[in-house]
Amino acid sequence: MAERRFDIARLPGFATIAIAAFVVLYVPIFTLVAFSFNGGNSIAVWSGFSLRWYTDAWANEAVKAATIRSLVIASSAAILATTVATMAAIGTTRRRAFKGQTLIYVAINQPLMVPEIVTAVALMIVFGIVKQATGYQGLGYLILAHAAFCVPFAYLPIRARLEGMDLSLETAAADLYATPWQCFRHVTLPLLGPGIIAGAMLAFVISLDDVVITEFVKSGGQDTLPTYMLGQMRRAITPEVNAISTLLLMLTVVLLTAFFLLTRKKA
Amino acid sequence: MTHVNAIEARNTIKAFGQGDAAVRALDDVSVTIRQGEFFTLLGPSGCGKTTLLRLIAGFEMPSSGMILIDGAEVTNLPPNRRPVNTVFQSYALFPHLTVAENVGFALKMQGRPKAEITETAARMLALVKLEHLAGRKVAQLSGGQQQRVALARALAPQPKVLLLDEPLSALDLKLRKEMQVELKRLQMETGITFVFVTHDQEEALTMSDRIGVMSAGKLQQVGSPRDIYTRPVNRFVASFIGETNFLPVTPSQGGVKLGCGAVVVAEGEGSTLTIRPEQMRLVAAGEPGTLPAQVENLVYFGTDTHLNLRLPDGELLTARVQSPPSGDAGFAAGQAIGVAFLPGAARLIRD
Repeated sequence: MAERRFDIARLPGFATIAIAAFVVLYVPIFTLVAFSFNGGNSIAVWSGFSLRWYTDAWANEAVKAATIRSLVIASSAAILATTVATMAAIGTTRRRAFKGQTLIYVAINQPLMVPEIVTAVALMIVFGIVKQATGYQGLGYLILAHAAFCVPFAYLPIRARLEGMDLSLETAAADLYATPWQCFRHVTLPLLGPGIIAGAMLAFVISLDDVVITEFVKSGGQDTLPTYMLGQMRRAITPEVNAISTLLLMLTVVLLTAFFLLTRKKA
Repeated sequence: MTHVNAIEARNTIKAFGQGDAAVRALDDVSVTIRQGEFFTLLGPSGCGKTTLLRLIAGFEMPSSGMILIDGAEVTNLPPNRRPVNTVFQSYALFPHLTVAENVGFALKMQGRPKAEITETAARMLALVKLEHLAGRKVAQLSGGQQQRVALARALAPQPKVLLLDEPLSALDLKLRKEMQVELKRLQMETGITFVFVTHDQEEALTMSDRIGVMSAGKLQQVGSPRDIYTRPVNRFVASFIGETNFLPVTPSQGGVKLGCGAVVVAEGEGSTLTIRPEQMRLVAAGEPGTLPAQVENLVYFGTDTHLNLRLPDGELLTARVQSPPSGDAGFAAGQAIGVAFLPGAARLIRD
């Protein structure tokens, strides 16, 4: 008999663990999606197929306002975070290694490490002081807070793209009379494009589903879609929440698919 | 026509690293490259030839010394302000641009009018015979085609000097031979000074007007291919360019004395005699004025046959004879023969 190569899939218990993992990951999501089509008021007892919760959600002014707010915050924060992340990525890859470089990485990626609740409380306190001093109550605080924690998510794909770029292209541009700005504008930026778009989409998705920081920073009447849903949970839960979640899920899946298509290595 | 030199490097030193760990990639190199010549920097990898090219292009700044292009000092100017262009070993074509956009890149950066850019790109692509591929993306081209695009791109802005960093090393043999001819043709047609870097001595000999041989960060010898091949100044140059025999000698009345006692006439100075394998005459043993030798073995190379000869003092000598139509050079292992050096072929060198 031919000797078999070591294959992790043949270890005892492999299938059991795999199935258990899939069940835990996906059954709740399938349940959530299924009950968004429930005809009744329950999120646990099935009583026939219906699209009523989708039409309800569509007609709900509070949902509409929260959705628009979420999209405005997520797009603004994504643009802001991506701009900062692009500059940071160029700053950390397009120069010789310098002292304290690790410290810079840590500083940029701080939001990945500091517990979100700590950031939320800290922002609430600081923005409270600023609100009192300036009287400004707008969405600016939420946009700024979201942009801040989105920076590392935008930074990582952009930096990966920069590090994978052939440096001789930039040398060639300089050799062909491009000034440093022209070199950036005509060579680095176009080649960085997919990385920047990927970073922006990731930042957008991260901003879109944030609850903790939003809950602490928002002023009255500034509910985003996730905080609105959280508010609904405290009252009577209907499959409307399922319907909104399903739509949010679809948007996220579309964006993340696009993200992977953009960042996957070319053959 | 200006009468100044195309390139002048004066006492250039390039050190990498700090303090005791510093390595001199270029160690006090001075060289002058004339207008319109095909100049080759030849040497093994790590000899400093690419470093010198990068100093001329402006990708690196010298630790000390001076670089002049067309009579003007450019030592500390960035690459975009030097009138030279480079053909990179990796080609470094812009993958997001078409072939024509790659070729027109430099002119676009210089802010030339659109019509001129289009016209020049078309003319350059015609020069390298790629006009039919103008609209392609570079990833769709073969290695040889990419090479031509890289050439057209570097020639488009009509640089004072074209720098070529081992541009043919990624091509297969047949394509390489084609491109060698192509490069010579382009240089003749454009009249631009070419500075060509290679480690391939045959490429250097066949293409260059003059060659600068480099080793260990120093320029060993500068001269025409014939100079370098027939009159190498030291052992490195003699052994790097072509094949040669080295025999230790001592001064003697009327010439130099070989280890076997024979006295031969040789030009030059030094304690080592060099003789190229093809510059000997093999005759019958005992003929007057010849060195006695014994054939150790024969190696058939097709166009010629190499004979390894043993001199009486044990020194080995390689001779090369052209193969006759029969393929049999007419020698046998163990045979005793006489060796005569062609007049002027034996030269003395310092180690």
